[in-house]
Amino acid sequence: MNLDYLFDAAHWEFGTSGSIPQLLLSHLWYVVLALAIGTVIALPIGLYIGHTGRGSFIAINAGNAGRSLPTLGLLMLMVTLLGLGLLPVLIALTVLVIPPILTSAYAGLRSLDQRVVDAARGVGMRPWQVLTRVELPMALPVLMSGFRSAALQVVATATVAAAVGLGGLGRLLIDGLAVNDYSRVLAGAIVVAVLAVLLDLVLAFAQRWIVSPGLRVSR
Amino acid sequence: MINYLQNNSDAVLTALRQHIWLALLPVVLGFLIALPIGYLGVRFPWLYHPLVNVAGVLYSIPSLALFVFLPVVLGTKILSPLNIVVALTIYTVALLARTVADGLRSVDHLITESATAMGYRRFRRLIDVELPVALPVILAGLRVATVSNISLVSVGALIGVGGLGQLFTRGFQLFYLEPILVGVILSVLLAGVADLIIVIIQRAVTPWTRFQGGRA
Amino acid sequence: MMRFGRFTAVTAALALTVALTACGADEDPLANDNGGGSAAPGTITIGSANFAESELLAEIYSQAIEAKGVQVKRQFNIGARELYLKALQDGSIDLLPEYNGALLSALTPGGAPEGVSKPEDVLGALKKVLPAGTEVLEQSPAEDKDTLTVTQETATKYSLKSIEDLKPVAKDLVIGAGPEWQERYQGLKGLEAVYGVKFKEFKPLDAGGPLTVNALVKGQIQVGNIFSTDSSITVNKFVVLEDPKSLYLAENIIPLIRTTANNPTVSGALNAVSAKLTTENLTTTLAKVQVDKQDTASVAKAWLTENGLV
Repeated sequence: MNLDYLFDAAHWEFGTSGSIPQLLLSHLWYVVLALAIGTVIALPIGLYIGHTGRGSFIAINAGNAGRSLPTLGLLMLMVTLLGLGLLPVLIALTVLVIPPILTSAYAGLRSLDQRVVDAARGVGMRPWQVLTRVELPMALPVLMSGFRSAALQVVATATVAAAVGLGGLGRLLIDGLAVNDYSRVLAGAIVVAVLAVLLDLVLAFAQRWIVSPGLRVSR
Repeated sequence: MINYLQNNSDAVLTALRQHIWLALLPVVLGFLIALPIGYLGVRFPWLYHPLVNVAGVLYSIPSLALFVFLPVVLGTKILSPLNIVVALTIYTVALLARTVADGLRSVDHLITESATAMGYRRFRRLIDVELPVALPVILAGLRVATVSNISLVSVGALIGVGGLGQLFTRGFQLFYLEPILVGVILSVLLAGVADLIIVIIQRAVTPWTRFQGGRA
Repeated sequence: MMRFGRFTAVTAALALTVALTACGADEDPLANDNGGGSAAPGTITIGSANFAESELLAEIYSQAIEAKGVQVKRQFNIGARELYLKALQDGSIDLLPEYNGALLSALTPGGAPEGVSKPEDVLGALKKVLPAGTEVLEQSPAEDKDTLTVTQETATKYSLKSIEDLKPVAKDLVIGAGPEWQERYQGLKGLEAVYGVKFKEFKPLDAGGPLTVNALVKGQIQVGNIFSTDSSITVNKFVVLEDPKSLYLAENIIPLIRTTANNPTVSGALNAVSAKLTTENLTTTLAKVQVDKQDTASVAKAWLTENGLV
């Protein structure tokens, strides 16, 4: 076990298929797509439940229910049903990111001081305005922490895509294992962990940028 | 699917038993290890942030990589279930150490000060007062760790030790839905039951939380 | 009352939960760190590779040995040869079904020696390179070869009959096989060295499994590594390319065993299996698993019963 594979310049050439940058890019592509689709699905539902308080049972339990679905099994199920392609991976990974986003959207709204929401109504805001101008901005810190944990999870889990013949950084793990090249497995693990840390940093900066300065003090 | 279960009940049961072991033993071990570590993160506040960061990095190592490396690091055999147990224990510690620290930090100063005033020494105060008060938070973390462990065990099937995950790989090699479905359903059920057991334990040992209304 | 407190109660309850599950478990992961091998004295741990035929053969071996009163522990579906050979050498497993030519090729740097292709020659050469502490038993006449297989359309379009015909067109074709093929001599390396064939792209899929078959049918790959006993070849009317330069040697099925696990009872049972196993009956038996989706254990049992081995 050594770092030879990681530091071999030949494995960093962008043009070669299967090179680290290419795998990194396809990995990131799975991650971004899954997060985007997951957010589009989970955010409105979470906000709706948080705003209205209806169906909070779903929001509270969605987190653990989603986590309990074994991603590898789901992925193999999907590939068996749909064949080789991007779609089965996206389905399996999206299922993974929905629960934390949904739960945090709900928890973010519920954690607000009800007096603030009442005040917003009091000054004549419509429900939609209350949601977009008061509740959502104030819930952002909690929401972002849910989004960040979803991102971390999906970066590490997207590696299983390689187990069903697809790309991403998991290739380094699966192929390294299959050809008995631990240096390659190690390279894969390191790149995945670094990617996770970098992505989390980026999201942390994004959070600073979009969260109102007035809300920072309490954090 | 019923048909598959009838014909393969032995294999399915063996896989299920192995799955339970591989997932739950790390929860217990990880919990016991995370307690002192989490406590240190509170006792020495400068440790808290490094602790959270290290835990975050550990958690982002793909499980498959950990399963593969542990034999090299520990000198275990490559198919030893111990590799899975140690890997999942690491994840559990990474998850719970922070939860324990957060739980202890959330204990109201008034409570600890009252306990001190009543004559509690540091250690007794920790065991008798702070940990029980922090329990709801810690147990919530324990639920997450338990459920994700149950889901993660199956990745071990890619190296031949994976409890119900074996059903996934077996089905996948034949493009045969039944074993995969049986595996997924049993895995989800197992997680549900384990989660429920913790909730029941939580209700039994923290009766006061029930009277605070529905706040999650 | 509260001396031990709620906190201790939680810990105790958790420990109890695990202890209870342990009562029902016949394997304690911490009791012995042997990856399941030699769980009880005299127990043989049988492994298999990660494809259906290997698992079927391992199950046949298991039942044949069990019929002689030997305890068997099944540790199937480990992975590619590169991985399971390590498991055999570190004692995680004691025995598994192998293929003489592929094993020889894997154990010889740069591929099998020149001029070795007949079953007996392969066996002779193989015995010289076996890892220390392992041995092979008698080989069976049943063969299962790696093949390069294409669809009828691809064969017609590029007029392909043998691997040699691939040379001028391979630059436009994508090949799919198990990820281990990237580094294997009986994979991309040998194809280039022996036939000068270099494909446009390699797609790491599975070891001659449904992923490869599926990708071939859907045109995601044009050439696939499929095993010669695989039912998908007839089902899909695939064309198996000839191998005139014998990159793939004789591939007789042969038990590979740790010397410490070998004894007359075990070798007697396995040699009887090898004697009855033929390419034809293996192909039809495998089809019951692959096509009819019957479970491996009953298919293995039926085969052993038909052949008077249990």
